[in-house]
This record gives sequence, C-alpha cells and structure tokens, in this order.
Amino acid sequence: MINNFDTKTLLPVRSSQGLDSLKHQEKKDLVLVNLGPSHPASHGTLRAFLALDGETIAAAVTEIGYLHRGFEKDCEAHTFQQCIPYTDRLNYVSAIMNNVGFCKAVERMLRVEVPERAIYIRVITNELNRIIDHLVCAGANLVDIGALTNFWYSFNVREKVYNILEKLCGARLTSSYTRIGGLSRDVYPEFAAEVKAVLKEIQLGVNDVQKLVSNNRIFLDRTKDICVISKERAISYGWTGPTLRACGVEYDLRKSDPYYHYEDFKFDIPVGSVGDTYDRIFIRFYEIEESIHIIEQALGKMPKGPIITDDKRVALPPKQQTYGNIEGLMNHFKIIMHGICPEPGEIYDFTEAANGELGFYIVADGGKNPYRVKCRPPCFMNFAAFGEMIEGTMVADAVATLGSINIIAGELDR
Amino acid sequence: MESAILFEKLKEKFPQAIKGSTDRFGQLEIQLEAKAIPDVVQFLRDDSECEFNMLIDIVSVDYSAYPDWKEDRFGVVYLLKSLTLGHRAQLKVTVSESNPEIPTISHLYANANWLEREAFDQIGIRFEGHPNLKRILNHHEFVGHPLRKDYPITRRQALSANESLMDEMIVRLKEKGWE
Repeated sequence: MINNFDTKTLLPVRSSQGLDSLKHQEKKDLVLVNLGPSHPASHGTLRAFLALDGETIAAAVTEIGYLHRGFEKDCEAHTFQQCIPYTDRLNYVSAIMNNVGFCKAVERMLRVEVPERAIYIRVITNELNRIIDHLVCAGANLVDIGALTNFWYSFNVREKVYNILEKLCGARLTSSYTRIGGLSRDVYPEFAAEVKAVLKEIQLGVNDVQKLVSNNRIFLDRTKDICVISKERAISYGWTGPTLRACGVEYDLRKSDPYYHYEDFKFDIPVGSVGDTYDRIFIRFYEIEESIHIIEQALGKMPKGPIITDDKRVALPPKQQTYGNIEGLMNHFKIIMHGICPEPGEIYDFTEAANGELGFYIVADGGKNPYRVKCRPPCFMNFAAFGEMIEGTMVADAVATLGSINIIAGELDR
Repeated sequence: MESAILFEKLKEKFPQAIKGSTDRFGQLEIQLEAKAIPDVVQFLRDDSECEFNMLIDIVSVDYSAYPDWKEDRFGVVYLLKSLTLGHRAQLKVTVSESNPEIPTISHLYANANWLEREAFDQIGIRFEGHPNLKRILNHHEFVGHPLRKDYPITRRQALSANESLMDEMIVRLKEKGWE
C-alpha cells in the first residue's frame, strides 16, 4: 500500500493536498502523524514521525537537529576557558556536570592537579545536579502520564537546590561554576548546613512522590512492561547511565572508572530488572537516595584549602598580586590575552553525568583555542533507540517513554 | 586488557591493516587502514578476550589546519568500550580529501548509524554501505560541512523546507512487513 503514496504530494503533512491524497486511498490502513517537533509533551523540539495503525504505532522514524547551534564549531573559535559557558547549554538541567566534564578533560591534557577542596565541592555540586536532573526527569515524566501533583513535589525541592546554587555561583540554570584548574569561587559559610537541610527535604519530597505512584494502579498500568528494551539492544545502542542500569546492567563510571575519590564513598548502584518505563522512572528515585549519601559523606570529608590550582599556566593570580607586582600583572595579562595552551595532543575523557557517559574528545594544536571538540552526549544514543522502542506500542506510551529516557535537546542537538 | 597488549594482538591478527600507535594520555590510539575498519571492529566485538560490546563514539576531525600535519586530511576516531571486561579501545583512520570513504560499521552497532550520519554531516566523511547516509544535526538543505576548517564560522544559510522523512518511513514500513 505504501508504494502507492506519492511522497511529494503527501508531504509536508500539513498540506491539504497531502491529506487528500490519503483520503482517496482505497486500502488505507495506516495514518501518518507527526508527533512534535513542537509539542508540550515532547520536552524540547524533537520530531517523531509515526505511521499509526489505529492507535498503535506501526513504524516510527525520528528527526533531530532543531536545536543544533554549532556548539563544537563555537568551541573552535573560543579559548578553552570561554568554552565553559557553552557547556552549560548542553544538558541545561544539570549544567555543572557539563562544566566539570569539560574542565576535567582539559585539566588532564594540561596535567594540572585540582586542589582537594575543589574536588569535593565538585562532587557535592555534581551530585546536587544529578538529584535535580532526576527530579526534573521523573517529575515531568509523571506529568506526561497525568500525575500532576508529583510535579509540584519534585519541583518544590528542586527550587530549594537552585536557591543554593544561586547563592553559590550567582546563576540558577547556566552556572559556569568551574574553571580550568578549579572553581570560580568558594562555597559560602552556611553552605554545608543549607545543603544538609535541603537533603532532608529532598528525601521527603521523593518519599511523597513514591507514596503517590508506587501503588497507583494507573501509574503501574501505564509504565509496567511498556517499551521494554533488552540489555543487549541497549548496549548496542550505546546506552549508559540510568537508562542502561534500568535494563539490569550494573555499569556506572563512578564505580568502574572512579574519579574524584568516588571509590572512597560508600554508595550502591541501583539496577532495574526489566528495562521498561517503570524501571527507568524508579531507578532515578533510588539514585537520588544514593546521591544524598554521597553528598553527606563528601560534606564530612571536605578539607580546607584553595579552590583553584596555583599553576601559573592556568589560573589567574590573586588580585593583590595582579595589582601589586609586575610578575602578577604579566601573569594575568598572559592568561587573558594568550589563553591556556595545552600541548598538542588528543584526549577522550568522560564523566558519569546524570544521563550517562558524558565524554569530550578534545584535539589541541598548542594554541589557545581547542582545535576540535567533540561532545559525546548520552541523550544522542538514547534517542537513536527511541523509534525502535515505541513501535508496537500506543501513542500515549510513546509519550511516557520519551520522558523516561530523559532527552535534553540542548545536549542532543548541541 | 592493556591497550599495548591489544595493539600487539591486533598487529598479529591484521598485519596488513595496522599502521602504528600513539599514546593519548594513557590510552593507546591504534592507527589502521580505513578499508580494514569493519573487520577489525567486528573482531574486537566478537573476540572473547576483547568483547568490545559498546561503541562509545565516532569522532571526525579535519586536520587541514593542524600544524605540521603530514597525513591525509580527515581523521576518524572510533571509541570502543567493553562493559564485561572494563577496557577501552581507540582506533583511528585517516582518509584523503579526494576520497573520504570508510566502510560502514552500522551493521555491527546500532548507534553507529546515527554516529556515522553525524560524521558525514559535520565533516563530510562518506561511509560506504551505510543504509541511510544523510544529514542529522544540520538542515537537510544545508550546503557544505560546517566542521571543516574551510567553512567560516560566520557563514549563515537560511533554510526552511520541512523534511518529509518519507524516505526513512517507507524503508521502515517495509522492514516491519507493511507492503
């Protein structure tokens, strides 16, 4: 039947001629529908093009790139330090994790040691970002399937975390908190107490959400055994992070390739058993609890000391030196005008971001700008599998599944 | 497995294809002939001592402005990871400007399809045998390859036509048995 379609007259789907040509088909079994690109339930401009057999999806293909803004090309035209604000816009729900991922790669290229205190603050802010990322994912996902109240419970506590981040770096969403070699500023005096208080509230909020959904018949019917993806298929698609762990693969870079003392923190990796939408939502609640444990331990261990390296190739000198002596002034001038220049080389470095393995492949040619930056966004692999996952299910299930794989268009399209 | 041992193993298995290696901050980059990519990657995936079951990323680089670069213009880096054994591999091929072709590995890993489309879109590497090699991040009417060094960062193109996606849909419907 599809051979009879004239693709030129059928599409764009909005054109009336295209719809009319469908009407005249004698054996019309399938209806072609665009889900997105601009739709409240699509969490960003994502387009899924569906062939529907009744309400069941017979085939699905997807299109991305609506938010492509040339992150990688922009990096080539900016210094290493200037790239950090661009990384905020990758996964903007957990911006600090991208800052850390990028800076860690550049620091390894420069062979710069980050001070202990900065490492602990990075761990704490990273885990706070993981928590809010998971809260957004689970909260918004539950709204998609009609459970609006949960959204308020999860976004209430997210708001309180943002208040802390705002006090910490002056920005809520696009934080640009890290610098190459350390951090932009130290934590404020009440930081530890406020984080501890907010951790308790997060736990309460997560408990509230779980109470509302874990025995809720509608929720269970909408998510259990929906859009299951097998372990093997998820691995073949390059899934990492919570979505892969929901399939039952115990893989977490914080355990398998530990960095920033993650090997010293006591925490568990929750894994799912089925790989359905239910597992993908609930694994995030369990991961939030583990992140709370990590933050509590890190707050206890956080040492005193500097928050940025004193390596003169990388860090600006203290202001007293810049204005007080000629060496300090020259050092400041060199870094501002000539930038940070790693030796020529190539590196692939990765961190466990909220969505999975966030990697940066950086090529340096000895200049102040990166020669090439390639970001490996975990969402890209998740969304590559989306079309295949939703085939055979219903349209409403596709919406629930899209939320559970947590596509952030900023990171997907770069 | 240490990447140095992996290099020796590959050199023994594919003596013609392996060209050399470079240390990249603790990870050995293994350089090989473009033609050998599918065989080598399949071996790495299926061999019991390698088990590289995940394709992490495909990175394409235009080296035309790189200082003292003597090899072919484009480089493509394949990053592999074994979830079972925990090790990683990094393979690199270079291809010339006149013939930027590499055989596809989209039959080996499910995500290679999109990753190869991205390398084609951004740099213009052609992957022979790819089922659907078209742009992915840029608009389908876009002219040129933006991450090539000779593409100016300020060049803008105003493009507005919708993409029908019907080409992909027809293939997919056939695969699912709708004729």
